[in-house]
Amino acid sequence: MSELTDLGIAAIRDGVAKGDFTATEVAQAFNAAVAEANPALNAFIVTTPDHALAAAQRVDAARAAGQPLGKLAGVPIGMKDLFATKGVQTTAASHFLEGFVPPYESTVSQRLWDAGAGMLGKLNLDQFAMGSSNETSAFGNVISPWRAAGDNAGRAPGGSSGGSSAAVAARIAAAATGTDTGGSIRQPAAFTGISGIKPTYGRCSRWGIVAFASSLDQAGPMARDVTDCAIMLEAMAGFDAKDSTSLDLPVPAWSAQLSDDLKGLKVGIPREYRIDGLNADVAKSWDDGIAWLKDAGAQVVDISLPHTRYALPTYYIIAPAEASSNLARYDGVRYGLRDLPEGAGLQDMYAATRAAGFGSEVKRRIMIGTYVLSAGFYDAYYTQAQKVRTLIARDFEEAFRQVDVILTPTAPSAAFVLGQKSDDPLEMYLNDVFSVPASLAGLPAMSVPAGVDRQGLPLGLHLIGRPFDEQGVLNAGLAIERRAAFTARPEKWW
Amino acid sequence: MSVAPADVAKIASLARIKVTQAEIEAMVPELNGILAWVDQLGEVDVAGVEPMTAVIPNQLRLRADVVGADPLTGGNVRDAVLANAPAAEHGFFGVPKVIE
Repeated sequence: MSELTDLGIAAIRDGVAKGDFTATEVAQAFNAAVAEANPALNAFIVTTPDHALAAAQRVDAARAAGQPLGKLAGVPIGMKDLFATKGVQTTAASHFLEGFVPPYESTVSQRLWDAGAGMLGKLNLDQFAMGSSNETSAFGNVISPWRAAGDNAGRAPGGSSGGSSAAVAARIAAAATGTDTGGSIRQPAAFTGISGIKPTYGRCSRWGIVAFASSLDQAGPMARDVTDCAIMLEAMAGFDAKDSTSLDLPVPAWSAQLSDDLKGLKVGIPREYRIDGLNADVAKSWDDGIAWLKDAGAQVVDISLPHTRYALPTYYIIAPAEASSNLARYDGVRYGLRDLPEGAGLQDMYAATRAAGFGSEVKRRIMIGTYVLSAGFYDAYYTQAQKVRTLIARDFEEAFRQVDVILTPTAPSAAFVLGQKSDDPLEMYLNDVFSVPASLAGLPAMSVPAGVDRQGLPLGLHLIGRPFDEQGVLNAGLAIERRAAFTARPEKWW
Repeated sequence: MSVAPADVAKIASLARIKVTQAEIEAMVPELNGILAWVDQLGEVDVAGVEPMTAVIPNQLRLRADVVGADPLTGGNVRDAVLANAPAAEHGFFGVPKVIE
């Protein structure tokens, strides 16, 4: 039998249920893999082997007692350190929240534990989920398990869910949670050759997730394949009265209804995504994707999303505006860091605390957000951006009158070398050029591995669906997965 | 639109982030680069377009008007609320003196 850490969600759950191995054996294997790899990859900020073991022992006991097992029974996962976990440090990869131990559990993580999953640890990320390379973490860079052929330079695992993507790709977690504000599940999934889905806004409760931009933030699974994503999303999604934007809808049985037969399906190819100077390998993988979807029976249709080029600047007004408001809570009074200079008053304490607690990218976004919301500039920036956002959403509505899903590349390039883009905020922001429009419109979207570029690094394809149509996105993803036959794996160097 | 050092100092003050003169000097070109880039939104014709308020249509709900309807958020958890405070005193959040 292959190693237990080679198995994903469905294989572990089914193997545990059948008695091929115990959940405890699985947890031990992953705990050992984490302990071995983490010093090199820095994917976890803290590890929680006891949590994984205790969950596994409960599953083994339940099975021995003949009780029904959950959707994720015996599956050890990584938890992005943006989800509050009761009794386990939750930092959002910020110095500000170092030592913060939530007295409560986020809704999404609680649902995963209720489904029988266990936690291997809290995964590193860009600080407050702001970044595309995991280089803004206060706990150091995550190093991607992937290296280019003949080049040992450390590569970005993507961001902000970079610990999640690295851990799943390195096979030290069976799956991981991610959160996506402008592409933070999909871009890291593409960079590391794994699958990840951001569901329709409101599918997963935001309660207990450290807030970045509340009108955009959505949790979702990052896993080895499309089927595992479907299973895990079923466990994560569902109505929660504690989130005012939670969708009060039943959770479909996505995994049971997976099908790669796309006969009758119309797939849109938006011409505006064929940007000037599009990377040749990315363009080729997009063409491959078109051919695979045709092979699966779909009809391919050229479409137009005319406001695409305005999506990124719109996002970089709205997300910082919401962040500046959300992050006002970090004041050195209720939790987290406090910096109280000798003789300082309350206002000085706020300013000193926030100067000491936030990293430079977080400060930059708070400053931009404060500016665009300030008197005299609000209408010119914030209101204008919200109007353009309406037009971007309308573009998708129009397109979905003609087509059922939209296919694009996930990111404009494969994983870059750490440090290559960190000096220029605008160049870093451009990483999200293909993922941001769907975020602004609240649409379900996923990345699936499509192949490797000429350097041997993974490339992802991106599927965008109608609101609530995760099934359409997952099915098209499955059709690509089966035809791409992506089997490349990072060679183990850690 | 662009910002000068005095504007950056004002924004930092509004955002309650202490900045040094050197940090202000460094932020001016960075912020101006980003602002010049987002200025392209001004060219979009938005006549008659409503600003977006919700990406997915949803009805805001009222919770049941019951004390402690949700045990996690319903109150009577003072010590848990204070557990992570940098300075909790006498059952309150402690802050520097704000009145003379």
